[in-house]
Amino acid sequence: MNGKSVAVSLVNVRRHFGEVKAVDDVSLDVYDGEFFSMLGPSGSGKTTCLRLIAGFERPSGGQILLHGWDVGGVPPYDRDVNTVFQDYALFPHMTVGRNVAYGLMIKRVPKAERERRVGEMLELVRLSGMENRKPSQLSGGQRQRVALARALVNRPSVLLLDEPLGALDLKLRQQMQIELKNIQQQVGITFIYVTHDQEEALTMSDRLAVFNHGQIEQVGSPAEVYERPATTFVAGFVGTSNVIDAGVARQIVGEAATLSIRPEKIHLSSPDAAVPAESYSVHGTVQDVVYLGMYTRYLVELETSPRAHLAVMQQNLETTSMDVLTIRGKRVQLIWRRDFTRTLQRTEIVEESGV
Amino acid sequence: MRSDASFVNRAGIGLRAASTAVLIFLHFPILLIFLYAFNTEEAAYTFPPPGLTFDWFGVLLKRSDFWNALGLSLVVALVSTMIAVVLGTLAALAIYRSKFFGRDAISLMIILPIALPGIVTGIALRSALNISGLNFSFWTIVIGHATFCVVTVYNNVVARLRRTNYSQVEASMDLGASIWQTFRYVILPNIATALLAGGMLSFALSFDEVIVTTFTAGQQQTLPIWIFSQLQRPRDRPVTNVAALFVVATTLVPILLAYRFTRESGET
Repeated sequence: MNGKSVAVSLVNVRRHFGEVKAVDDVSLDVYDGEFFSMLGPSGSGKTTCLRLIAGFERPSGGQILLHGWDVGGVPPYDRDVNTVFQDYALFPHMTVGRNVAYGLMIKRVPKAERERRVGEMLELVRLSGMENRKPSQLSGGQRQRVALARALVNRPSVLLLDEPLGALDLKLRQQMQIELKNIQQQVGITFIYVTHDQEEALTMSDRLAVFNHGQIEQVGSPAEVYERPATTFVAGFVGTSNVIDAGVARQIVGEAATLSIRPEKIHLSSPDAAVPAESYSVHGTVQDVVYLGMYTRYLVELETSPRAHLAVMQQNLETTSMDVLTIRGKRVQLIWRRDFTRTLQRTEIVEESGV
Repeated sequence: MRSDASFVNRAGIGLRAASTAVLIFLHFPILLIFLYAFNTEEAAYTFPPPGLTFDWFGVLLKRSDFWNALGLSLVVALVSTMIAVVLGTLAALAIYRSKFFGRDAISLMIILPIALPGIVTGIALRSALNISGLNFSFWTIVIGHATFCVVTVYNNVVARLRRTNYSQVEASMDLGASIWQTFRYVILPNIATALLAGGMLSFALSFDEVIVTTFTAGQQQTLPIWIFSQLQRPRDRPVTNVAALFVVATTLVPILLAYRFTRESGET
């Protein structure tokens, strides 16, 4: 966010495929040098948005601006953006070196400079000495790096990444997340990163946009989106949340509004514990206990409204699996700070998985 | 496990005998043509041939009508194949990616000439050429051959494109390549062997085609038609057989090469 000049701007962008509104009136500003994520479930329109910016799709309406320049009718090869594809899309008939040099060859960069830049780029992605391998001779993680080098070597003003880590196993993915973030900080290029993995988006992004049904539900920093979800969908999709109905909310906080409270913000206390100032409290019965090693997850049925449950996540600082399991069926008091309660705009509710 | 294996082997003996018999039945007549190309007797087919000679090769090579027919067949096959390579590739590229109303119908219409009996294609082309007032010539033969040559190229290229990742094309354009550069550097290398195989098959098909040619040729004689006309002259039998050897040699080489190209990339 250097100086906050806008790199990519979407203004009321729509992309309809027949009846399907893949992208439905999306407006968005991505700043220069930012690591920006577009997060959402599959079919939420995030990938279509990326393809609109790359130029593979044409908008049905609205404007797409790259550094203030309307690129509506501009083909992909005339846009100063490059893409890392989900399936890497490496050219199988070319060596790693020629894959990476492709964009420079097309732009007729002199051979000496081309070789120097390809060498630098392969060093950046830690693939030096692999120039003469074919893509089929590389592992998934290495291919992913070739794809990254092939895009970055052109020094685009914006790099688009379409779930680039989706095909890698968990360990490699976590390692690549850190590496990608480091590379982004080194080269200082704006990254727009599409993912359905909320943890990935929270880990890497400067800011993120949460997509659902072709629309943006919330834009903000990872902490803003996590701590202050704007809608019921965001509350459920980014992390997990207790979404409290207006009826139940009236009994707890005295106000009829849809609320959310994160499970880890709730304290599980004894029924007669004193309630600190500026806190809400509610009594209930522990219905279920799931021991997760580092944490334990409790499901508490509320006394005031027996149909309503709150999930509580407690770190196992001084408890063991033996202790936590004995609490099942006991009466407890749940206490949390008022300012952790968010009032939500009602959109789609993401069903709780797990407990 | 061992008994299973031997059981499979034993069952294979009968099957193997039958297969061998069928293969002999298929290829024995061709061997006969080879044999009688060297027959000292002019007209009759006595077995075994009374003697063997290379004389007929000399006789054939001196005949200008043979050379004319061979030349015509080669040029027709080359030109039809070139047309087929261009049109077949363009059709394959159009069909492979785009989705439009009637796409499957067009795909079927491209393949149809090879599925239709040659006689139907031949009659249809002949009446169409008559109506359009074109003179039957070298070019009408080429048009006739191109109709089915396009199919072999189209089929090979479309099969290869289906196994080619389309995101490669997007990646190329994303990296600044125009549509032509993308074709040159990405699509062409991907489809090259399929194109070559399709072209070889197309050449072989055109080179020995008889039926469509009889309907679309004027006074010209392609090699197969020349051979056909020679059959009515019993005294030239061995000459005809020698000519047949040329046809076998000319068509077998491209077919074997095409087989190699497609097998290397694991494709039919």
